[in-house]
Amino acid sequence: MLILECPYCGVKAEETELSPGYEAHLKRFGPGSSDDDFEAYMFARKNPKGVHFERWRHSYGCGKWFLAARCTATLEVFGTYPAQSSEPPADLMAKIKAKRPDWKGYK
Amino acid sequence: MKRYSVFAIAREAFRDHTGWERAWRNPTPKAQYDAIIVGAGGHGLATAYYLGKNFGITNVAIIEKGWLGGGNTGRNTTIIRSNYLQDPSAAIYEKARSLYETLSQDLNYNVMFSPRGLLMLAQTHHEVRGYLRTVHANNLQGVATEWIEPNRVKELVPIINIDGPRYPVLGALYQARGGTARHDAVAWGYARACSAMGMDVIQQCEVKGVRSENGQVTGVETTKGFIGCKKLGIVVAGHSGQVADMAGFRLPVEAVALQALVSEPIKPCMDVVVMANTVHGYMSQSDKGEMVIGGGTDGFNNFTQRGSFHHIEETLRALVETFPMISRLKMLRQWGGIVDMTGDRSPIISKTPLGNCFINCGWGTGGFKAIPGSGWAMAELMAKGEPGPLAADFNMWRFREGQFIDESVAAGVAH
Repeated sequence: MLILECPYCGVKAEETELSPGYEAHLKRFGPGSSDDDFEAYMFARKNPKGVHFERWRHSYGCGKWFLAARCTATLEVFGTYPAQSSEPPADLMAKIKAKRPDWKGYK
Repeated sequence: MKRYSVFAIAREAFRDHTGWERAWRNPTPKAQYDAIIVGAGGHGLATAYYLGKNFGITNVAIIEKGWLGGGNTGRNTTIIRSNYLQDPSAAIYEKARSLYETLSQDLNYNVMFSPRGLLMLAQTHHEVRGYLRTVHANNLQGVATEWIEPNRVKELVPIINIDGPRYPVLGALYQARGGTARHDAVAWGYARACSAMGMDVIQQCEVKGVRSENGQVTGVETTKGFIGCKKLGIVVAGHSGQVADMAGFRLPVEAVALQALVSEPIKPCMDVVVMANTVHGYMSQSDKGEMVIGGGTDGFNNFTQRGSFHHIEETLRALVETFPMISRLKMLRQWGGIVDMTGDRSPIISKTPLGNCFINCGWGTGGFKAIPGSGWAMAELMAKGEPGPLAADFNMWRFREGQFIDESVAAGVAH
């Protein structure tokens, strides 16, 4: 059972209380961008087997979007942080690096 | 390869079954092959089989990191149907279904294809309209399906509750020649036929890298060393993204877990396959008597081959509502498979940015039914270097062009 702590209301929310929103930190491209950029934004996903950054919504709680770092190979949760972050917080990345020395970084 | 037949059984009966041979060889890899298929699941083995049968290419290795048919080929609910809305999907799934009809004879291996009939229940007016549209499309595509009324549904499935409290059954999309097959036997039958043609099925051999020169593939690095090849086919379902990454390109694919479960065996009570997409559950009865049940996917990336428990609860809730008599059945086993989902929920059978490297992936939650058709189309692509009519629309560049084969919208659910 997946449990994520909502960074806004502090509730340790179980999976049925949350809605998944797939990959986080996508750079958005709109009209006027190149075909490559637009296709990559729409469809290309990292889909890593390992450390992954995701969007989640606390649907049946405070209703807010937040971001989470999770391992897709073990379902371990590294931490959650507010959706307004343009990149994962430094302390979270250090924590992940300590647990997964082979991890190549979030980009 | 000694053929299986009634005479072989009689002969062996008189000598204590000492004359049966191994169904396939367990070879050590050669240094070089004309073609290598990564992934010895149903799709990979079928690709190899049709490379040999249709194109005479038999210097082929099929390499597998685990054991043969141990991925999603051994983890599905064995349903076979071809009642798809879009033309390219209907064409390839109907090709697969028609090949299943004679697969046991073709392979000289009993895959236990059972065209017992398949119903997709319509439980909302929206679904009624959707399935009527699919029936009309199928008639034009040459796929034999029909619309049936609730009283006919009740005749076909006596255990169903057609006046359900939330979603009464308003009719169904019926494919009389849909059904099930023995999933393991499909992999084993193809493996045996491939081995008989001189192909090498190499198990316990994981691909660690893809080697290329001047944009052309030259071979793969594996846990059993480097193996050279002129052509490479990547047919690895859930881990397509990882192998594509080794080959240097990205796929519009995300991996999620899909679950299924079976009940304790009971006496025969349902001789068709029933899918209820509104409440989201589907069920058939195996020859052993177990109710085979499929459910939903997780909504997040997952490589663990196990899913979240609440999906089981939701699936069983839906099925108990539809089939009240199963409410006291005990569930025996539950498992998950890693499925590769594309943006439009249709597969990819395509050339890739790397020369002589081809990919077959993205079958999502519905790959088993497609195995023979997928192998047929992939073999043509690999042999000729260009896609044939079955594969042409499933290229990986359709996302850039917006030419989706949009089955997720057509079905209302992932399938």
